[in-house]
Amino acid sequence: MLDHILSILIFFPAFAGVMGFMINKESMRAYGTAVAAIEFALSLWLWFSFDNSVSGMQFMEHMALIPSFGINYILGVDGISLFIIIMASFFTMIGIASLSPAHSIKNMIITLLFLQMTMIGVFAALDAIVFYVFWELSLVPMLYLIGAWGGPLRIYASVKFFLYTFTGSLVMLVGMLFMAYFFYQATGVWSFAILDWYRLILPESFQLWLFAAFFFGFAIKVPMFPFHTWLPYAHGQAPTIGSVILAAVLLKMGTYAFIRFSLPLFPDASVFFMYPIAILAIIMIIYTAMVAYAQKDIKQVVAYSSVSHMGVIILGTFALNVEGISGSIFLMIAHGVVSGALFLLVGVIYDRRHTKLMSEFGGLAHVMPRYATIFGLMLMASVGMPLTINFVGEFLSLLGFYQQSHILTLLAGIAIVVGAIYMLTAFKKIFFGEVTNEKNRNLPDVSKRELLALIPLSIITVWLGIYPKPVLGPINNSVEAVVQLMHNKATSHEAKMRIPNVSGVVISKTAMKEGH
Amino acid sequence: MLSPVNVSLESLNLITLAPMLIPVIGALLILVIDIIKGGLDKSLYVVLSILFLALDFGALLESAGVFSKEGIMLGVFDVMLIDGLAIISQFIIVVTSMLFIPLALTNKRFHEFSYPEFFALFLFMIAGFQFMVASDNLILIFVGLETASLALYTLIAMHNRDKSFEAAVKYFTMGALAAGFYSFGSMVFYALTGSIEINQIAAVLEANNYADIGFVLVGVVMMLGSFGFKLSVVPFHTWTPDVYEGSSAAMAGYMSIVPKIAAFVVAMRLFEFLIHAHIVWLEVVLYALVVITMTAANMWAIVQTDVKRMLAYSSISHAGFVMAAILIGTTQSNSALFLYWILFSFTNLGAFSMLWISRQKELPGYQKTDHSFEKFSGMIKTSPMAAIIMGLFMLSLAGLPPFALFWGKIYMISSAVTGGYTVLALIMALNSAIAGYYYLKLIVFMFMKDPIESNVDNNGQLYVANATTALKTIIGFAIIGTVFAFVALDSLLEFVTAFVYNSGY
Repeated sequence: MLDHILSILIFFPAFAGVMGFMINKESMRAYGTAVAAIEFALSLWLWFSFDNSVSGMQFMEHMALIPSFGINYILGVDGISLFIIIMASFFTMIGIASLSPAHSIKNMIITLLFLQMTMIGVFAALDAIVFYVFWELSLVPMLYLIGAWGGPLRIYASVKFFLYTFTGSLVMLVGMLFMAYFFYQATGVWSFAILDWYRLILPESFQLWLFAAFFFGFAIKVPMFPFHTWLPYAHGQAPTIGSVILAAVLLKMGTYAFIRFSLPLFPDASVFFMYPIAILAIIMIIYTAMVAYAQKDIKQVVAYSSVSHMGVIILGTFALNVEGISGSIFLMIAHGVVSGALFLLVGVIYDRRHTKLMSEFGGLAHVMPRYATIFGLMLMASVGMPLTINFVGEFLSLLGFYQQSHILTLLAGIAIVVGAIYMLTAFKKIFFGEVTNEKNRNLPDVSKRELLALIPLSIITVWLGIYPKPVLGPINNSVEAVVQLMHNKATSHEAKMRIPNVSGVVISKTAMKEGH
Repeated sequence: MLSPVNVSLESLNLITLAPMLIPVIGALLILVIDIIKGGLDKSLYVVLSILFLALDFGALLESAGVFSKEGIMLGVFDVMLIDGLAIISQFIIVVTSMLFIPLALTNKRFHEFSYPEFFALFLFMIAGFQFMVASDNLILIFVGLETASLALYTLIAMHNRDKSFEAAVKYFTMGALAAGFYSFGSMVFYALTGSIEINQIAAVLEANNYADIGFVLVGVVMMLGSFGFKLSVVPFHTWTPDVYEGSSAAMAGYMSIVPKIAAFVVAMRLFEFLIHAHIVWLEVVLYALVVITMTAANMWAIVQTDVKRMLAYSSISHAGFVMAAILIGTTQSNSALFLYWILFSFTNLGAFSMLWISRQKELPGYQKTDHSFEKFSGMIKTSPMAAIIMGLFMLSLAGLPPFALFWGKIYMISSAVTGGYTVLALIMALNSAIAGYYYLKLIVFMFMKDPIESNVDNNGQLYVANATTALKTIIGFAIIGTVFAFVALDSLLEFVTAFVYNSGY
């Protein structure tokens, strides 16, 4: 069964979703939770059987799909994708378990199960077209989630989300077709397999164009600074579960794709574009932090802070060294946990008051102490307090980029400190002071159902903040391989300089030991 | 003194005529049955048509087998030309027709299907299209084109509503103009080369190295105008939305597929050698036509308020997309054309059939046209199955993976990439994004809006009012073709590529 565990992970939720049409409406949530729990157990099993010492792909699956055009169904995981897959199944599980009653909940749960299929498919695919299939397909359930269960502007928000991402990915598709064509020219065989593409060394001028095409698709998904305008709408209008999954998993597709495609395929172009992208990332960190400060709606604050942190992930990725990339992958997990939890927390208060305006609240710490505590913890994690999960990722990302540019890192570091200001202000407005609004006086504290989702997230936040090694180890292992590949493939002198030679470092260390 | 004509029967190779003669015989049989005993039910004629089309399909399999062994066949004084293009396009024509004709078995009674002449004309039309694609003789192509077109005009008019007459007359007038262009273009080519066989024309022009390029261009302009009308290329498209609106949804779906593949094949035979001769003017004009057709049709489709008109513009846009194959002119692009059209025919027939089963006889107040967007609002709540199926067809038309048209799209864009048309590839990709908007609009109406009161009351009966088992079966075929296209894709691609390559395109 382990030979096909990835296929099972991908298609089990979809199959269960189809079967879900037969389930009675009343029992639907139990069914959804059960399916998602099985899926999560399977993903834990994947982790359990994952060999931490191997840096390459594991659990590979290969099936011919359209061999005459080089399209094959290839799956595999390494340390980079493993934890994102686990996170995707985890968030679907707690998302469904803590779902607050809504209209046509049956359709919602079936949609979520389909969404889970596409999410895991994206992170497990090792063929560009299979990747693209899941990448595009993930838009449809999300479109439906926002459009059918969202706020008053839901249709505008969902269509904007869809079209923005769809346009970007079509440009990326042209890039993929070019890449396959170059591979065909070099080898005489059509192939869309990523591992085949890794072996292809392109001249720098080609790399620049292809990098731009892929960047367009990924940057919209992340979303990076000039392309971010769809996200506040999507978050603002989406139901809680939609925002949670969007922030925790869907945005990670973009940053993950940078590491899976852009860096190893185009190392020279990555070095060439390092500074422009880093500057965009820093603008993204500072600008969205400032916008977040001006928001009146709690959910928008969380949404903009989430964009701001995505900037740090990008910065870490484009540090192009082991610390930076490992840090950014770890930060992807951390960001997923923390901003997912924050969106859940906003959902808790929205369910009670049906408003998200901060001016409506105040002094909630007296009324809902447990809620305030968990919110406080997540907020601290979000601003990057040491001993929380975010700190590890942010620190490593910045440490990585410090080796490329001191000044830019300093700017980014200051921006993160500024991030603390808006978060703490928001916390003050909501929780401290006297209870000013009579409606807030008798609000019930977090219920058991909500704790079911929040407590595991709090535990992970602290646990991985104190002891990140079980996750960081495998990530580091695979990242070293990627960086080494980039170093070997780089053609320009500049790129050889910027991308460190990992095995060289290891050899020199052992040489030193021998010297002693 | 005239010498006696002495032609041996074998040299005529009459077997090449078999696939065309079968539907002709079928049509005559239907007429004879009607003369002997009138007033028979439409189901008889539907089944008879299917049977003859099945025989036709068998004959095609036979010629496909011969072609893969012996290569291109000529017959009947070398007028007939059975090559890979002819065979694949006839497969598309016959299979689509077989899927179309059961749509006559509706729940409600429609005027046109009570006449046996409808089915006779339908079979004559198929024979006409088959002649059109299986020849490189300009006169036979013309005869096939007119046989098919005249039959089609009548089929549209038989729908018997005011709009249908308007549509038929409009189509007829435009078609007559196109026929005029065609005959004038053929005349110019004949005057230039003394031949009406496309390969002879190509050879003569090649031999004198395009000395009379001015006249060649006049001929090309005429031909472009003529095929522009038939393929509804912008700016010759004006008839399309009106004609689609006037004809029944089933007929409109059929018209968006079969006449166009026939015209594509002729256009491929006619323009490809000119493209390969590097006539820059033609390349520029074709490039502009392709881009304008794709983009402008997409823009118009966005502002439509009726689903059928929206689909009409979308089919113009798809035709423009596929026209790119003729411009690129490589084996890969020509195979992509056929692959795209096969996948498109499943999806589009499905989409139009979904409109067809929701066809009402009287329109309620909130609906201005037969298939206005409002009609579909909140469909997921009243009839979820139909909404999901319609949604699937829309996603496929938008080119979302893994549904059928996505594969056609990537193969086509890939052929632009390999053919060196980078900018065109980008324009094609971005046009798919624009198109996404209007397909999404229907999905938004179906899945995100609230249903109209009267539809809630009758439990979504409206959307399947016209459905029968036969229609549902056809939609089932369309869904399987749309969703599971990737299973058959590899063998399909190999088959198409081999046939196109072996015909020298």
